[in-house]
Amino acid sequence: MSVNILGKSKGFYDRYERRPGTNKEQTHYCPGCGHGILHKLIAEALTDFGASENCVFVSPVGCSVFAYYYFNAGNIQAAHGRAPAVATGVKRAMPESIVISYQGDGDLAAIGGNEILHAANRGESITVFFVNNAIYGMTGGQMAPTTLIGQKTTTTPYGRTLKNEGYPMRMAEIIASLESPVYVERVMLADTRSINAARKAVRKGIMNQIKQKGFSFVEVLSTCPTGWKMTAPQSQEWIKSTLVKNFPLGVLKDIALQVEPLDLSLNLAPSSRVPKLIGLEKEKLDFDPDSMKISREIDQEIKIAGFGGQGVLSLGVWLSEIGMHEDLQVSWIPSYGPEMRGGTANCHVKLSHNSIGSPLVTNPTILIAMNRPSLEKFEADVIEGGAVLYDSSLIDIEPTRKDVRSIPIPATEIANELGNTRISNVVILGVLAGFSDFLDPAVVQRVLPLIFKKRHLLEINLKAFQRGLELGRELLA
Amino acid sequence: MAKQFVKGNEAVVKGAILAGCRAYYGYPITPASEIAHAAAQYMPLVGGTFLQAESEIAAINMVYGAAGTGIRAMTASSSPGFSLKQEGLSYLAGAELPCVVVDIMRGGPGLGNIAPEQSDYNQVVKGGGHGNYKNIVVAPNSAQEMCDLTMLAFDLADKYRNPAIVLTDGFIGQMMEPVDFPEPVTEFAEKNWAVRGIDSDRINLVSSIELDPDDLERHNQKLQRKYEIILNNEVRLEEYRLEDADFVVIGYGIVSRLIHTAVDQLREEGVKVGMLRPITLMPFPTRRIKELAGMDHVKAFSVIELSNGQMVDDVRLAVNGAKPVEFYGRMGGNVPAIKELVHEIKRMMRVL
Repeated sequence: MSVNILGKSKGFYDRYERRPGTNKEQTHYCPGCGHGILHKLIAEALTDFGASENCVFVSPVGCSVFAYYYFNAGNIQAAHGRAPAVATGVKRAMPESIVISYQGDGDLAAIGGNEILHAANRGESITVFFVNNAIYGMTGGQMAPTTLIGQKTTTTPYGRTLKNEGYPMRMAEIIASLESPVYVERVMLADTRSINAARKAVRKGIMNQIKQKGFSFVEVLSTCPTGWKMTAPQSQEWIKSTLVKNFPLGVLKDIALQVEPLDLSLNLAPSSRVPKLIGLEKEKLDFDPDSMKISREIDQEIKIAGFGGQGVLSLGVWLSEIGMHEDLQVSWIPSYGPEMRGGTANCHVKLSHNSIGSPLVTNPTILIAMNRPSLEKFEADVIEGGAVLYDSSLIDIEPTRKDVRSIPIPATEIANELGNTRISNVVILGVLAGFSDFLDPAVVQRVLPLIFKKRHLLEINLKAFQRGLELGRELLA
Repeated sequence: MAKQFVKGNEAVVKGAILAGCRAYYGYPITPASEIAHAAAQYMPLVGGTFLQAESEIAAINMVYGAAGTGIRAMTASSSPGFSLKQEGLSYLAGAELPCVVVDIMRGGPGLGNIAPEQSDYNQVVKGGGHGNYKNIVVAPNSAQEMCDLTMLAFDLADKYRNPAIVLTDGFIGQMMEPVDFPEPVTEFAEKNWAVRGIDSDRINLVSSIELDPDDLERHNQKLQRKYEIILNNEVRLEEYRLEDADFVVIGYGIVSRLIHTAVDQLREEGVKVGMLRPITLMPFPTRRIKELAGMDHVKAFSVIELSNGQMVDDVRLAVNGAKPVEFYGRMGGNVPAIKELVHEIKRMMRVL
């Protein structure tokens, strides 16, 4: 089977209307350049497989940046090196389309090294054609990651050296070493015979995608007579005599026959179902929210602090949710980041009758200290007449302030008695409801089932709340 | 729909999904990671795509690809990550692709820290990447607005075929507040420019390359006309107690909430101050600020930012020397206490 390089495939536009200037018939590529041949092989394959109609071709930066002049496909032009990422976005949005990422050696192996590795590693269902001509053609013949040792380019005027630039990169071998790719082959465009072999590889790479087999990668050793400063025949000879010795041809990986087709179908939910799916259906309250409104004179600014794992942040969230159900303005903000992961945590809660400005609590009306460092750190900030609640099971000192109300709570001890250390925070919630006037115990008991949806959790937490409530009422008395 | 007590970062994702977004590509970074967490949780449930990309750069380019097909797509990050997305944003703006990018600002420069700052104003509002382009920028100051303005950002992005940024700080991202979620959007404008690889789209091209200087200049002029239309039609702002104010305090995001409280306290002391909060930073409420500068009762302006003074430049341009413009800023992740703010506003008023 011979390749007709001159004839125009249906995979190309009839006229290259997007090409500027008057020449709408020919490509912009230099005489003897391999891009034209590879374009032709791809266009033919797309036409033969009937894939031209739903193909999206991602053009890179490089000489093939203008591939969209020629390919009768959906055309998207990408930033330098990013074609595999762009192709990922396209393919995931339209799994039924045939997405081709066509890239040169600077694009794919240098600036886009990360994008190609990860697209390959994810096994994106795309086909990548990698044109390796060992040089940057478009920008003026600079060194590529695939430039050979000793090869002179405009940025290696004395030849590439091991010492300065290291070895040329063999991308096909690197890609083939990953688990996900189903097909990796290196071919060349040096004579009729090698072009025929390239043709087969191109077709296989595209057919794999049509059959939803996964990621295919075809590296194509290609000529750049201009960059190499050679004639077209010399360039073809140089591929055969030199380039191919550094980049051996052949199939590096082919498991397309062994793998099952991927299920790429999108299963978009109808918009009517979206609220339920993302948890926005209205909670069924077993009480009338209006009956819950209780008047409290004072806005509360609460700081809760302790070790990570004590439920410090959760207690703050629950207090806020209870406030929300009481129709108060509420806000919650954690101390976030490394300090949290370092083992201590604190959060700020505001419950207010008016809109809340800063969510930060600088001077709390109530400090809940669940470990000693927290008590020591924040006690001084509490407003005069405020309250300090602390877990006296864990904190072996007492607050020093005399102008605030100190409330020791053996929270951890009670929680342990009930059989779960982790519910000490609910004990404290109970105490708060017992001695203060801003949490209505009846309201809390109705909101808790919204928080603890599992029956056994709800039961134990209701018990913890009850114990705390009794303790709180004793304190009040 | 349900009123929920959620983090600002989660409200973004729920709002995005309600707005019809079905593709999220992102990279983890504090304090924006909860956005990725929520997207990872909810996108698959509605048949959408969530993918943790290999880098911020890959993420924004995946968004570019998805947006090119006409679907609503987004990513999110925080300051250092946003810097990395600038290349992609320039391409998106050049190719006139709509998308939403959330930036939960943190302290900089460099690695800085994870505390809230507003020092990305210039890199977000002024474009940031190369070329004569602008992003549409909305600036929420509550969890409710994290939902609402994310939804608005998708609408504006589609309407003008332009990237839209939701710009806020670590506080608004991290804090939890009740949010009333609206019903899902069901009607979307036709995107007859999209590239889906089908016959009817064959004439379309997603690209930002224009070799001919005249063509590229025309493309740029078209973009500038678009920004002008946006400026004339899409300004959103909040005014508070400005009717008789001597002193106009301007701030956005978390700062606007602090100013709100400070204004109330100062008014109680008989000091006539009011607040203007830009809700859109691009378009900037230039016209309204200029109007205020021309009013007799307005004696001066003050801009408060968690930065070295970036938005203040836009206020100065709007006031154009008609009245003094003062500035107070905190950096490094420090947020002024109300007491401090009240003091500083008084100080700025006294020096006049």
